[in-house]
Amino acid sequence: TSVGSITTFTQRNLEGYVGFANLPNQVYRKSVKRGFEFTLMVVGESGLGKSTLINSLFLTDLYSKDYPGPSQRIKKTVQVEQSKVLIKEGGVQLTLTIVDTPGFGDAVDNSNCWQPVINYIDSKCEDFLNAESRVNRRSMPDNRVHCCLYFIAPSGHGLKPLDIEFMKRLHDKVNVIPLIAKADTLTPEECQLFKKQIMKEIQEHKIKIYEFPDTEDDEDNKLIRKIKEKMPLAVVGSNVVIEVNGKKVRGRQYPWGVAEVENGEHCDFTVLRNMLIRTHMQDLKDVTNNVHYENYRSKKLAAVTCNGVDTSKTKGQLTKSPLAQMEEERREHVMKMKKMEAEMEQVFEMKVKEKKQKLKDSEAELERRHEQMKRNLEAQYKELEEKRRVFEEEKANWEAQQRILEQQKLDASKTMEKNKKKGKIF
Amino acid sequence: MIGHTSVAVGGLYGEKASGPTVDFSYVGIDAILEQMRRKAMKQGFELNIMVVGQSGLGKSTLMNTLFKSKVSRKSVLATSQEKIPKTIEIKSISHDIEEKGVRMKLTVIDTPGFGDQINNENCWQPIMKFINDQYEAYLQEEININRKKRIPDSRVHCCIYFIPPTGHCLRPLDVEFMRRLSKVVNIVPVIAKADTLTLEERDFFKKKIREELRANGIDVYPQKEFDEDAEDRMINEKIREMIPFAVVGSDQEYQVNGRRLLGRKTKWGTIEVENIAHCEFAYLRDLLIRTHMQNIKDITSSIHYEMYRVRRLNENNTVVAHANGIPEHHLAAHEM
Repeated sequence: TSVGSITTFTQRNLEGYVGFANLPNQVYRKSVKRGFEFTLMVVGESGLGKSTLINSLFLTDLYSKDYPGPSQRIKKTVQVEQSKVLIKEGGVQLTLTIVDTPGFGDAVDNSNCWQPVINYIDSKCEDFLNAESRVNRRSMPDNRVHCCLYFIAPSGHGLKPLDIEFMKRLHDKVNVIPLIAKADTLTPEECQLFKKQIMKEIQEHKIKIYEFPDTEDDEDNKLIRKIKEKMPLAVVGSNVVIEVNGKKVRGRQYPWGVAEVENGEHCDFTVLRNMLIRTHMQDLKDVTNNVHYENYRSKKLAAVTCNGVDTSKTKGQLTKSPLAQMEEERREHVMKMKKMEAEMEQVFEMKVKEKKQKLKDSEAELERRHEQMKRNLEAQYKELEEKRRVFEEEKANWEAQQRILEQQKLDASKTMEKNKKKGKIF
Repeated sequence: MIGHTSVAVGGLYGEKASGPTVDFSYVGIDAILEQMRRKAMKQGFELNIMVVGQSGLGKSTLMNTLFKSKVSRKSVLATSQEKIPKTIEIKSISHDIEEKGVRMKLTVIDTPGFGDQINNENCWQPIMKFINDQYEAYLQEEININRKKRIPDSRVHCCIYFIPPTGHCLRPLDVEFMRRLSKVVNIVPVIAKADTLTLEERDFFKKKIREELRANGIDVYPQKEFDEDAEDRMINEKIREMIPFAVVGSDQEYQVNGRRLLGRKTKWGTIEVENIAHCEFAYLRDLLIRTHMQNIKDITSSIHYEMYRVRRLNENNTVVAHANGIPEHHLAAHEM
């Protein structure tokens, strides 16, 4: 082992052109060929402009008249719907998945309306975990939710209890970026106060929203600090193009003026778009992979190894060595086998008893029937005997009668003979 | 004036008429209007308005705007932080305001905490209980043997319900609340913070809301069945076509075109609260104060209160809790 030696890294100057400066290009080319995936989730009460903002962000009509956004349809329970769209720009291909949560916060009783959202995120992480643990991992589609935009209603006061609950439950499962929706309802002063109040409450409740990482570049850091000051971003969405002072802009036309979507003075839409798509999309994916997904994975796997039973509720700890672990598993297995054996024997015994009982019963039944039949037969026999006796009697009677008749006939003929002999018949 | 022309009449004893003609046909019944006016000025008026809606919809601001003075709860009870209370509270603040010699005792009843919790089941119950308690108090005064000359009227005359400007449709909570409360009080629904909707979105939203109100059988003020004659019906139909009013409130003044106006200033323009091209605040104010205030009070006392009274006197000794919307079927059973 190299405990004693310390490897030192010294910066060396190259004497010629080696060529590994070309590595970023190779990575770039490979990524472009592979294409990119990004999953964005939008959560908020209906009517806060989520569908409009998505359409504005990606300049496509994900939700159009033919396929209206979920807000136009009233939902009784919270649903989680996903729609995939493939967009191309400059040779780069992006598979964008938008996950929408219609019905969130719309009912009278909104307890646990965050549960379907949590279930969805967890199930996507589970899919990825399973795909990662497979033997053949050639294609691993990444459907994990990379970013969750949470829409806050522009009340101007502070966060609602529902907002706080939701963010508290989701901040360690996904990157949460809170946004102030429909920001054209706030004057600049109200907006400032509102943002300050929200950030204060977020800190009070220890909610971990997505933090922009500091880079080594000072210039970038300045920009990042500016963005951080504007959090949460106040956005306005629109895909309607209006002409203002001869220029075509996207905005909302009011009787008192036009609120321009891409004007930095009017709202923070451009900041959001730049941050989400142009500068920090990869970072969001990295944080999802390295932090949120790892959280999920360690929780899940620890639970599995601790009990031998997959209960994701209990948190296990890997404190035993693998051998002891195996020994314990074997013992457990043996015990389980013994128990099963005992159970089976019991079941067997019971079955045997049952069968015996059944046989006895059927035997008794047969006996009974046999007896019955015998009695029947005897009865019939007696009956017949009786009949015969009666018959014999009758026969005897009839014979007796016949003999009497015969006798009478004989007597009659005898007297006739006597009379003839006397010959005196006149 | 009774329609007679003045004629010079001779005296009782036949003397010739002399001097300027006297109008003997004028009785003077119309002078009663002047007497009533003087009495009303002396007595003053009472108006009790309740505002209901989720926190952050501009209720307090709208009240301040309506009466052009700081009448809302927030202006009176200075709270440094706007904390959402855990349960619904009912806070009543009374003011005496005067204009051109007419005095009014205005009571604004606020309901912080309504619709703000995660579980808003039955959040209308405390409100219904409050309204019924006011009716009860009035009833007790009325049936007293020695009763006061003027019973103090704390009954809720009008309930302004604030609908959040989602632009799509009514939420289940809105429907539930309005369905139950339209039976005990005059409800005036308004679209809050209407500066978030463009004109097309506003029209679409209003149409959707009217449809849903009709579909659920919710009768908001002005109710169709209480139109007394054709003239009333015509005026009220016009109002009914505009309901719910899309309002914007503000208690700050800005300079617009050389005039000082109430409004909201954004980077892309200034919203003038009293400009009917911008929002319908002016219509709401006219309805509540300038044209229909007396009508609102009349309907409260002659219809809603009477309904309560009949129900109550028929109940004999049964508990009043039945009337507070807790078990719906009990309520239905006691309905006339």
